[in-house]
Formats: sequence, C-alpha cells, structure tokens
Amino acid sequence: MKKSIILGALTVAGLSASAAAAGTLDDVKARGTLNCGVATGLAGFAAPDANGEWKGFDVAVCRAVAAAVLGDPSAVEFVPTTGKTRFTALASGEIDMLARNTTWTFSRDVDLKFTFVGVNYYDGQGFMVPKALGVTSAKDLDGATVCIQTGTTTELNLADFFRTNNISYEPVPIETNAEAQQQYLAGACDVYTTDASGLAATRATFEAPGDHVLLPEIISKEPLGPLVRHGDDDWGDVVRWTLNALITAEELGVTSANVNEMSANTGNPEVARLLGTEGTLGEMLGLDADWAKRAISAEGNYGEIFAKNIGEETPIGLARGLNAQWTDGGLIYSPPFR
Amino acid sequence: MSDTHAHSVAFVRTSEIPAAPPPYAATGPVKWMRENLFATPANGLLTIAALYVIWVVLAGTMPWIANGIWNTESLAQCREVLDGAVGACFSVLTERWNQLLFGFKYPPEYYWRPMLALLLFFVAAAPVLFFDLPRKLLIVTALFPFAAYWLIWGGTILTPLVALAGFAAGAAVYQRLVAGSFAMGFFGAIIAAFIVWTVGGWLIPASASQNALLGAVPSRDLGGFMLNMMLGVTCVSLSVPLGIALALGRQSNMPLIKWICVIFIEFIRGVPLITLLFVASVMLSYFFPPESTLDLFLRVVIMITMFSSAYIAEVIRGGLAALPKGQYEAADSLGLDYAQAMRLIILPQALKISIPGIVNIAVGLFKDTTLVSVIGMFDIVGMIRGPILASTEWNGVYWELLGFASVLFFIVCYGISQYSQWLERRLATDHR
Repeated sequence: MKKSIILGALTVAGLSASAAAAGTLDDVKARGTLNCGVATGLAGFAAPDANGEWKGFDVAVCRAVAAAVLGDPSAVEFVPTTGKTRFTALASGEIDMLARNTTWTFSRDVDLKFTFVGVNYYDGQGFMVPKALGVTSAKDLDGATVCIQTGTTTELNLADFFRTNNISYEPVPIETNAEAQQQYLAGACDVYTTDASGLAATRATFEAPGDHVLLPEIISKEPLGPLVRHGDDDWGDVVRWTLNALITAEELGVTSANVNEMSANTGNPEVARLLGTEGTLGEMLGLDADWAKRAISAEGNYGEIFAKNIGEETPIGLARGLNAQWTDGGLIYSPPFR
Repeated sequence: MSDTHAHSVAFVRTSEIPAAPPPYAATGPVKWMRENLFATPANGLLTIAALYVIWVVLAGTMPWIANGIWNTESLAQCREVLDGAVGACFSVLTERWNQLLFGFKYPPEYYWRPMLALLLFFVAAAPVLFFDLPRKLLIVTALFPFAAYWLIWGGTILTPLVALAGFAAGAAVYQRLVAGSFAMGFFGAIIAAFIVWTVGGWLIPASASQNALLGAVPSRDLGGFMLNMMLGVTCVSLSVPLGIALALGRQSNMPLIKWICVIFIEFIRGVPLITLLFVASVMLSYFFPPESTLDLFLRVVIMITMFSSAYIAEVIRGGLAALPKGQYEAADSLGLDYAQAMRLIILPQALKISIPGIVNIAVGLFKDTTLVSVIGMFDIVGMIRGPILASTEWNGVYWELLGFASVLFFIVCYGISQYSQWLERRLATDHR
C-alpha cells in the first residue's frame, strides 16, 4: 500500500517534470547554466586541458550557445558522456544538448527521437595501415584483421563495405580511440578504421607518422553535428541558428576580433541582421538582439574555431576539405539570416 | 691409562683437533644454492630458465625506467630529448600529477582538504583496525565521516552537523528503548534519526552554502585516485554491516525477512556490476525529475554497496555455517536473546572465520571502482583514458600512465592483504 503511494508520487513527479521540461530554453535561462554533453576526451574535439578548462571543436559549439542564451561562454556545465551513455543522457533530460561528434543518421533522428540541428563537421570513414604492409587500396584488405570501435556507425559501415566488395575481414573490437591506437601499434590488427579526422589526429601522435598511410577510400558519410531532443523546436532553433550564425559569420568575414566594429558600422544588410543592428531576429528566437554577436565573440566564427582546435596549424592538422565554406568548394552552408 | 686400551688402541690423541671450517660445498650461499636452486638436474634447468626470463624482463624494462624523462612539457619534447634512445616519458606524471590524484576540476586551492581528510582517515581507521589502541580514539572514528564529508565537499557545515545530530538522536533513542526490546530500539532509532534529518533539512537555509567557511565543491568535480579511494572506503565500510545484516536475515526464521534477503542477494549476485552502474548513471535519471536527481556519486555508492554487500553476506553466511551447532545451543542455554547471542557468541566467531573472504571482496571492490570510468566519471582510469590521452601533448603515452595507476592500486591492495594476514594471526585462538 505504502509502496504504491510512493510509486504513484514518483510517477506524478515524473509526469509533471516532463511537462515542465517542455521549455528547455526557459529551463536553461532559469538555471543559469547550459548542460552540454561532450566526449570524455577526444583530441581536438573535446578535452580538458592541464588547468581543467574544456577545449575543443565541439566544446566551442556549447560555449557559443551558452554565450547566445546566457551571455556568458563559461556558463556551461560540461557533462562528459561515453558512446554508450550519450543518448540516454540527452533523452532523460540530464543534458540540454549533445555536441559529441555524433553522426547524423536516419534511425538516430527518427527512431531515437532526436533532432540534429545541423552539421559542424563532415567526416567519413577511412583506413590506416602500416606502410610496410604494402597496401594501396582498401580493396586489397582481404583477410585483414581490423581494429574497430564498438557501438559506433563505423562498425556497420565496415561490415557493409567488406560485404559489397566480397572480401573477408576479422574484426578486433575495442572500446576507445586510445586503446585502438595501442592495439594498432602493437600489431594486434593490420588496419585501423575510424573517421578520417580521427585517423589523421591519431597518426599525428605516432612516434613515426611517416610509417603509416591513410588509404584513399572513404567508405561512408559521417556528418557530425550537435543534437537536441525531439519535441522542443524552440530550443532546437536556438542551437541550430547559433551554429548557423557561426558559419554565416565566417562567410561574411565577421570574426571575434572585428565583431564589435562590424556591428557598429556595416554596409552589408545581412551582417546588420545577423549582429542585431537591424531587424528582430533575436527576438523571434526568444533571445535579445546581441545573441549572435556574443556567440561569435565567444570562440570566434566557424573558421576560427576550426583553425584553433583542429586546423592545419594544430597538432591534429586537418585540412578544411569538405568542411570549407560552400564559396570555397566545401559543404559548409548556412541558410540565410533574414 | 689402562692396559686394555694400550692393546686395542694404537694411539690416543690427547689434544683436541682445532675446529676446521665445514667443506666449501656445505656452507654459506653455495650450500643454499645447491639445496634450493640446483638440487636436481631438472631443478637446475628450471633455475637457469627462470634466471633467463628475469634477465630478459629486466633488460627490457630497466633501461626504459632508468632513462626516463621527468621534466618535459609534452610527448613530442620527450621524444626529442630521448632522440631515439629507449626511455620512459614520466613527465606526464609530473605534469598531470594533480589531475591523476584529484581529477581535473577539483579547485587546486582546496587540494589540502582531501589530503587532510586522508590523514584523518588513517587516525579514524586505526582504532577499528588495531584494537590494542585506546578505545577513546573511536570518538574520532565516529566523527570522521562527517568531518571528511565537510572537508571534501565543503559548503555549509550545517549539513554534516544535522546528519550527525540525526545519528546522535538515533543512538540516544536506541539506548533508551533497547532494554525493552531490540526491535523497538532499532526502529525507534531510525524514526528519531529521520525526524531530526527532516526538521534539520527545513531549517538549513538554501543559501547557506554560498559564503561557507569552506567553498562548496560539487560531486561532478571529484576525480582521480581520490575518487577511487573515496568510493572504496565508503562502499567497504557500508557494505560490511549491510552484509552482516543480510547474512543474518537469510538465516532468519521469519519468512518475510528471509525471502527479502534471499531475493536481494541472489538478484544482485546475478547481475554484473557494470549493469548496475549503467542503471545508476542513466536509467535512474528517467525516474527522477530533471532538476531533482540524486547526486551521481551517491547513486554509484549505493549501487556498489549493494553489489558488494550481497557478496559479503554470502561470505559471512559461510562463516555462520562453519560454526558448530553447539555454539548456537550454548548461547540459547545461557538464556541470551537473539541479539545478545549473535553479538556475544556467534558473530565474533563467524566473522573471524570470514576475514579472508571479506578482505578478498574488499580488495576486489576497490579495484572495481575503476569501472565508474565507463559511465563518464573521471576516476584515475577515466582521467587517463579520457582527458590525458586526448590532450594533444600526451596522446600516445600508455605504459607510464597505466603503470602508475597499477602501482597505486598495488600499494593499497597489498596493504589491505598484509593487514588481514596480521589480523588472522592476531585472532588465531583455534585448536591446532
């Protein structure tokens, strides 16, 4: 009897909680911090530095959203999630958004009930092999042992690729990128496969990077992007347009250095709308007029974030490639601000 | 000198032969080696093989350790300094020392607080572990959990004080009522403690933590080896009493209690710890409203405690079963009631038998605390696998970091096992 009362109370509490959680934007404002899910540690994308400050490409998206909504890029509670806990953390409301190099797929969007608000990095699955193996194409990998991270889309892509090419392989399942690196170097597998960005970053840390080659085949599309829960479109819009603001800022030449100057005197009407000197775009989002200005000054525009965290000047050393602006032949493209 | 002797013995020595040293092969290290290393040809062969293996291992590791670099900023610099020579890059330990011990978010200006708590822990644990020490030290033990909570988490001192007051009220009520019956005392104590906690919870102002003497640190900021130690100490000390209760409950004559204990033990033992941790980290947040979730640290402590108490209960049940039936009957014939019989006759003997098993589980539990890294908590393994290996400076350093973690764990676990051997010798009163 007593137990059923307690259970009943819990259910009511749960129901009222999910009803209250409908307005994530208001929750975040009331709380004063943004709960942002990130990776527990992925070089260049999300990792705390020696002082415990979170840094990285995905982290910068969280900071930009916090700056836009709360006016303070440091008002973020970073919730480290693993590949296995990330979706439950988002679905249960423990985090407001997830920026954890997560591939946008049909089933994650439709079946798991998440809304991917955009793509901040276009990746694809590649292969790395030791040069000594003498392999020049992934199609020569018949019978190879392959190190692969479990619970990721790369596992499924690999199976598809080998099946369509009618060749066999032996998977060596591993848990983290760090473990994979060690297994690969120790010779436990001939091939290491994961997203090409990860391979490049991993190879950069080797003692002799020149002894390893990335094979030319890219066997999958891996659009990585931030995501939110289904059913709260207002909040989804805030995250989506913050990301778009960063992208548009790069396209229009607005940087963290000149954003104040640009907002004061610009002849370009789109810059004026973006930075809130004209129009009421911020108000439509439920934010103030300066939201995009703050998001851009937090960590810089998309290009600055890329260059600072994973660009060619960093040890990760990734070229823009597909992730160049559409004006430079890449896929990074934001809908217009009007 | 007699005549008979004069005929049968040609010569009798009259002075003593000076003591000669024993033969070379029958003394000192040579004798020891002949007896222990080369007693038989097979034995000799094994010795040579073992020596070769030891040499191979040492030849590989010693230059690596001796050549170790301790003062660079990154792995790339390490490799530059080594310039192709074999050598470890221990600089990662010196540079990330605090992160390995305290996690990456614990405020550096507060590092003295967990250290002080650790020192206090040794003082508090001493009277429990070594019963020759003065019993008055147990007061420190009783106060330690509250002091340690306050030191590590900080915030208002009212929270640990209210918790302490609750326990004090419970103890007082127990003392009052236990003369009547044990059950009365037990449940009265629980009710009294809850009343104090509830009332105290209302009285503490919500803003009390803001300007407290010690700055508040949220659980999420705990990490490193500190987190392993905290989880290990808390869960071991909670699961031993819980395990005793479960073991006694399983032997109870009351069907309800017996079946609750049996189902609990069998269910928990049938589920892997990692499943329970996943439930703690992700499933429970579905059942609680987003704003009022239970602290993650507390959820993990509850799950690990439940897990290890089920195992400890089974170990203690073994101890109880090993006692001759005469001991139970002797207790009954003295006219002791159940609580007295257990406290004075049965448990002291049963627990003594169970020590090796309990220690075994405690050591296992302590090492299992590293599993929390899979649910995104940054214990020492989580720190290594996540932030440190993901940093651009240290990506690729494995042996040094994981070796350091295993040294820390070895020290603690070896200490526990040495203590338990001492305890067994100290309590050896059985008939041999």
